[in-house]
Amino acid sequence: MTTLAPAPVRQTLDHLDWLEAEAIYILREVAGQCSNPALLFSGGKDSIVLLRLAEKAFRPGRFPFPLLHIDTGHNYSEVIDFRDARACELGERLIVRSVESSMARGTVRLKSSDESRNKHQSVTLLEAIDEFGFDACIGGARRDEEKARAKERIFSFRDEFGGWDPKNQRPELWDLLNARVHRGENIRAFPISNWTELDVWQYIARENLGLPPIYFAHTRPVVRRGGLLQPVTELTPVREGDAVELLRVRFRTVGDITCTAPVESEADTVAKIIAETATTTITERGATRLDDQASEAAMEQRKKEGYF
Amino acid sequence: MSAIEHIPEFSAPVDNGLLRFLTCGSVDDGKSTLIGRLLYDTKAILADTLHAIERTSQRRGMEAIDLSLLTDGLLAEREQGITIDVAYRYFSTGRRKYIIADAPGHEQYTRNMVTAASTANLAIILIDARKGVLTQTRRHSCLAHLVGIPHLLVAVNKMDLVGYDRNVFERICDEYRKFARQLGISDVRFIPLSALNGDMVVDRGDKLDWYQGPTLIDILESAPAAHSERDERFRFPVQYVCRPQKADDPLLHDYRGFMGRVESGEIAVGDEVVVLPSERRSRIKHIQLGGRSVSYALAEQSVTLLLDEEIDISRGDMIMRSCDEKSALVTRRIEAMLCWLSESPLDARRKYLIRQTTRESRGLLDGIAYRLDINSLEQVAADRIGMNDIVRVAFRLAHPLVVDRYSENRATGAFIVIDESTNDTVGAGMIL
Repeated sequence: MTTLAPAPVRQTLDHLDWLEAEAIYILREVAGQCSNPALLFSGGKDSIVLLRLAEKAFRPGRFPFPLLHIDTGHNYSEVIDFRDARACELGERLIVRSVESSMARGTVRLKSSDESRNKHQSVTLLEAIDEFGFDACIGGARRDEEKARAKERIFSFRDEFGGWDPKNQRPELWDLLNARVHRGENIRAFPISNWTELDVWQYIARENLGLPPIYFAHTRPVVRRGGLLQPVTELTPVREGDAVELLRVRFRTVGDITCTAPVESEADTVAKIIAETATTTITERGATRLDDQASEAAMEQRKKEGYF
Repeated sequence: MSAIEHIPEFSAPVDNGLLRFLTCGSVDDGKSTLIGRLLYDTKAILADTLHAIERTSQRRGMEAIDLSLLTDGLLAEREQGITIDVAYRYFSTGRRKYIIADAPGHEQYTRNMVTAASTANLAIILIDARKGVLTQTRRHSCLAHLVGIPHLLVAVNKMDLVGYDRNVFERICDEYRKFARQLGISDVRFIPLSALNGDMVVDRGDKLDWYQGPTLIDILESAPAAHSERDERFRFPVQYVCRPQKADDPLLHDYRGFMGRVESGEIAVGDEVVVLPSERRSRIKHIQLGGRSVSYALAEQSVTLLLDEEIDISRGDMIMRSCDEKSALVTRRIEAMLCWLSESPLDARRKYLIRQTTRESRGLLDGIAYRLDINSLEQVAADRIGMNDIVRVAFRLAHPLVVDRYSENRATGAFIVIDESTNDTVGAGMIL
């Protein structure tokens, strides 16, 4: 039998093909090494990319893991609707565990009722890991997001308290990933570690991936606080002295309503967002995260407490 | 699956793929400043990051922005003022995407440098123009060579502090060449630069007119990609077996897909293959890439292979071309250069887990030939193996591994050593 086409010599992959192949390799290592993993799916763009990569990694089989969302109860309804629709379309199992249940159990106690629930997701996540006995959680974190992530491993080891000790991480050499854990410990696996925000958007464009509508420019009432825009919502009402403006904005990340700020933008298509991202002058987290502004070391601190 | 398509389809007219490179040198060589300069001049630094380091620079009483702060990551290391681990940085020129592995130059951090070097295709070795070739330079070059980085680039930095003197540069080049020959390093290039002022990094500047070669970024833009320079044999370690067994879909009832990444070489539909170590034979029936059927697959692509005859294959097996069968070694004893990564020394009485490709076997130390002193480059006798030691060893294995020499194939010649009591990765080996 002859081959269908002669294999060309010394062809190299373009950067998106390379990143995709690496991410699929990582997902399959999780499936091959871990007995009970889960994929964290929030309806945000990074986890939407993860789902497409999982399809490419495992179809025509089912995903060898359920989808898990830790819901703060403070998410935009468009994002939750998208999450449910996407899980249904894929025919994969979606597990939702909520910070509100942890609050009802008393394992999460807020300092005040309007405190951001973002950091409390860690508690609910650890409770879910314990409930289902997950030995690995696949997340959409990227090393370019924040300083504390630049040294993050692709397989990041967490002790039985869910803690991340930057001084006690396993060396990762070549592509030999080590997911071995003892009972109670677990691995956070990050298939898109080596992607940047621009790579994610380019991939969304190439794969024609659907996104929750709030990623695109829309008109929304906002107030200016500390150099950032805060949307006016039930959870973040107008305060005395606030000047409410009606602006064209889009979200670059879609986390907890109380701490995710939109940016002014006219970009209402993926192509326009890519053009904007390629020339942007503010990092993704700097533009949008009220919780990281507090200090440069904020993320490192949260991760030590068991954050994603 | 529908019609056969040709791959890859390039999504941009000019996309030279991706280059992973390593920077080695100490803080004193201006390594952090060089990385900061690369990120800054390629516009990879964004406004709020810049403001943050501006504030920090002012707080520390500096006049200009300290670009080295860009790579100064964790709180823990900022408190200590040293880099404690490998950090990864990203930038893109529009033509190529770059991943920098930033390895600390500190003496006790051999293991970090080996880690950073393991995935790099090019290393930038920084030399302070005022100091010339130091012990540290030899150490870095030795490790980069040991870990098989194909391209070395010696960057003579701080040329501004020696009056941009051509003689200083050439003296350092001569000295380096002499010692590189001693190590057996053949592919090495040299560039004079000032990371502080940006001369010859992205822009040429006007102080180094006597240097006619390309700028640092030009060298990076044209550096060969991994797997692009020589013919390679096809190696496909199976990661995962897909058996959907959907009762309602007769097409999928007998589906058995062998999932993995092409670690080297290429494979086409119709090729005869052999599975090692079982030596079972078959032929490639289909190749699937992200759900599409394709006629062939290349190195670094993650694909699913379907075979003609149903044979038993599981994770850890290696699929190769039948015609290459004799090129790989199926063995229960390996000899290797080993870098010990753990604070606890190797215990020769204990069995360790050896992970190579997707395969594992327990292994027992079967002798230490020598320790390589990476400062003097001498082979010295050794009876124990401690952190940061580079030793030539042998392991006896409970189960056979399918291996290549590391010098011929980095993916199938590399292994890690895992301590089963902690599950920690404690060693990194390169098969001889």
